[in-house]
Amino acid sequence: MPGEEGVWVFIFGDMMVFSLFFITFLYYRGQNVELFVTSQTHLNQSFGALNTFFMLTSSWFVAMAVQAARRNLGKFTPILFSLAFGCGFGFAVVKVLEYSEKIRAGITLTTNDFFMYYYIFTGIHFMHVLIGMGVLAVLTRYSWSGEFSAVKIRNLESGASFWHVVDLLWIVLFALLYLIK
Amino acid sequence: MTELLRSRTSLIWFLLVAATVFSWEVGHGVGLHDARHAGTAIIVIAFVKVRFVILDFMEIRHAPMPMRIVGEAWVLIVCTVLIGLFLTAHS
Repeated sequence: MPGEEGVWVFIFGDMMVFSLFFITFLYYRGQNVELFVTSQTHLNQSFGALNTFFMLTSSWFVAMAVQAARRNLGKFTPILFSLAFGCGFGFAVVKVLEYSEKIRAGITLTTNDFFMYYYIFTGIHFMHVLIGMGVLAVLTRYSWSGEFSAVKIRNLESGASFWHVVDLLWIVLFALLYLIK
Repeated sequence: MTELLRSRTSLIWFLLVAATVFSWEVGHGVGLHDARHAGTAIIVIAFVKVRFVILDFMEIRHAPMPMRIVGEAWVLIVCTVLIGLFLTAHS
């Protein structure tokens, strides 16, 4: 098993909570499809797609960082973790730009049901991104020596798994909020 | 490092990005003109991507069988429920 058992229990819990978010969103969307489809046209799809690219790429860097640690490739691990952190930072910048664009246009949490779910779900996900960036910063520091014991690799795997969850939850949010009509 | 870049992980990343571009096109009316077909395709593609993240990036492909079953079951159940809700709304 990659990483610690406790981390997997947390990850599973998190995925269950988000499953309820996805189901809630589509259920209420079903009550007023027209409102949700019209509101969606106000989202900046380029921001959504760019952030998907950031998430997928950061996850790729994290997966390679763990593999580099197993192969004892020295400094490649912390370098790859910091590249992943950079992508996380890119995601955060785009998200802030996106929120400010919406707020400037007068679109807030109370505009309608679509935007209430948009702000709550992407906001909770954004908190995950910020916590995940903290984890990536710790992993970069932790792997800085470029020497890896079995325990160290296990701890790296635990942190890496959390970041991958942040990525996969965004994949679904992007599809449901930005793409389906 | 070249070895890492040439690994399966890199191929998966490339496919995930390609799938995102494809979903984007479908979401903008390319190929599937019926919103029900396009939406279903977008949800299926999202969960195929999620499955690859779980199996290859989170390395559940080689984890103990119960973990893999939980991962696969989550993907299948959530994807099916979401498609069901989506199609019900459009029926």
